[in-house]
Amino acid sequence: MTLFAMAKRALANVTGKPATLMYPATPAKQYEVSRGHIIIAIEDCIYCGNCQRHCVSQAIVVDRANRTWEVDRMRCIICGVCAEVCPKDCIFIEPDYHPSTVGPATEFVQGPPEPPKPPKEEKTAEAAE
Amino acid sequence: MIEQKHTIIEIAVADLLTKTEEYHAKGHRLVQIGCTPLGDCYEINYTFTTSWDFESLRITVNDGDEIPSISGIYWGAFIYENEIHDLFGLTVTDINIDFQGHLIHTRVPTPFKNAPAVTKVPKGGDAS
Amino acid sequence: MSNRIVVPFGPQHPVLPEPIHVDLVLEDERVVEAVPSIGYVHRGLEKLVEKRDFKDYVLIAERICGICSFTHSVTYCNAIEHIMGIEVPPRAQFIRTIWMEYSRMHSHLLWLGLAADALGFENLFMNAWRLREEILDDMEATTGGRVIQGSSKVGGIRLDIPDEKLGEMVDHLKKIRPLLEESNRIFTHDNTVRHRMRGLGVLSEKDAWDLGAVGPTARGSGCDMDVRSSGYSAYGELGFKPVTFPHGDCLDRCLVRSEEVLAAVDLVERAVAKMPDGPIEEKVKGNPTGEYFAFTEQPRGECMHYVKANGKKNIVRHRVRTPTFTNIPPLVKMLEGVELADVPVVVLTIDPCIGCAER
Repeated sequence: MTLFAMAKRALANVTGKPATLMYPATPAKQYEVSRGHIIIAIEDCIYCGNCQRHCVSQAIVVDRANRTWEVDRMRCIICGVCAEVCPKDCIFIEPDYHPSTVGPATEFVQGPPEPPKPPKEEKTAEAAE
Repeated sequence: MIEQKHTIIEIAVADLLTKTEEYHAKGHRLVQIGCTPLGDCYEINYTFTTSWDFESLRITVNDGDEIPSISGIYWGAFIYENEIHDLFGLTVTDINIDFQGHLIHTRVPTPFKNAPAVTKVPKGGDAS
Repeated sequence: MSNRIVVPFGPQHPVLPEPIHVDLVLEDERVVEAVPSIGYVHRGLEKLVEKRDFKDYVLIAERICGICSFTHSVTYCNAIEHIMGIEVPPRAQFIRTIWMEYSRMHSHLLWLGLAADALGFENLFMNAWRLREEILDDMEATTGGRVIQGSSKVGGIRLDIPDEKLGEMVDHLKKIRPLLEESNRIFTHDNTVRHRMRGLGVLSEKDAWDLGAVGPTARGSGCDMDVRSSGYSAYGELGFKPVTFPHGDCLDRCLVRSEEVLAAVDLVERAVAKMPDGPIEEKVKGNPTGEYFAFTEQPRGECMHYVKANGKKNIVRHRVRTPTFTNIPPLVKMLEGVELADVPVVVLTIDPCIGCAER
């Protein structure tokens, strides 16, 4: 080893900034493709149940009659299969993680009521909950 | 790319030890011993190779049949044969290190023997 | 008859990343027999295949292990693609190879850190893991996950890497290469590491072949055994030579892994230089029928997935034979004659990934 190798390293460590991230003061590093949690745009959902059938950990439950969609956040492994198989592309993956919690973590989304049938009439845009 | 050759040879249970001796004499190494449950019978594959030619011996057994152990020839085979006994409930005789069911501890004994048990979990409940 | 006592090792032990139990029969501080026992993380994933669509099962195959996860999904995809006769486009093959080499780098750096920690050399442990963070940053930026990538699927890959990003990855690797070489130098020449690991747990070449050792455990004993030489994925076009060392003791197994990190950096640079253009996936139609044994080289050795399908959307049998499972008989042989204080180091040199071994 070179002369004063250890002394130089020790000086650099003492005077430099920490090598680790000051989490949670600084937020965690994330990228655009990071998989954090899934969300659904409920206005476009047609309640076909594809996401429920393909969910690897059986975390999604879709009710066609009542037009609801729910996901158990604790069971979801954020694999992204539901986002791939959705025919209307209304499930998205967001990069930040769901905050930690104790107890059940089911997220329940109630969709808007069915728009009226005749195609000539304009669809009324109701805000989703 | 070197083409890997896979051949499967079906043999009877009685020929297993003689064929394994032949492979050992030719310098093959044991790759794996795997068991496939097919409803009414089980298929067990013994795979040997020297480099890229994989030859598998296949025997078909039923519940309650006795399978001779090849751990007298290949010392390291005991781990696969104990796994077959623990997960599928098949009997393998004369293993050199016989764990008698204690290699793999599971809550349900012989878990791979039957179809998986499906439990319906109530909404918001805990699957335990 | 001298005194023999039985000392349990594991499942909780500071040096083990995953729980394995070994009963050590000791005679005056020397091990005469070792009896392993596994099953602490048995999840029965092979049974789950009967209830999930074969295309969705890739994501479960990936979660068999947390460290060598990407290679499991590629091996499963290789098996299904061979049965169905799907030809994966070349760009997808090259990108899969790049991700597999990144996976190998991060796994070996993790192991090098653990080995340094087992010896008590905490500073080297922290250094190895700091280098590992740089590798994981690149993996997360391109695939979305640090350790579970989720970017391989039957027929290709899910996410593409744009060419500028590939150039950035190579520049990043060039920047950390001197640090990797310095860490390699410490493992090779440092007195402490040498004193603790040289001559310990010797496995001869004949024993390694007979007992079924694979991966760095076999290559550290001089066996020239590496599945990447057969040229699956893009390895055939990149030119590859396995790294072997002759002595068969713990230090050589350690050096195989630290040399492989540098070899992986070279492979990534070559793969980016030769990267072809084109589509990244091929559509999958229908269900598989047939059976196949797929072999790949995981960081820990040769991994085999046996898939048997009969035309339905659930496959009949998926058997995974992981390298740690087949390295347990050599471990039992290696532990004979070792002193009790050296047992943790010897158990760690086979790189026990018990999540894989007990899927």
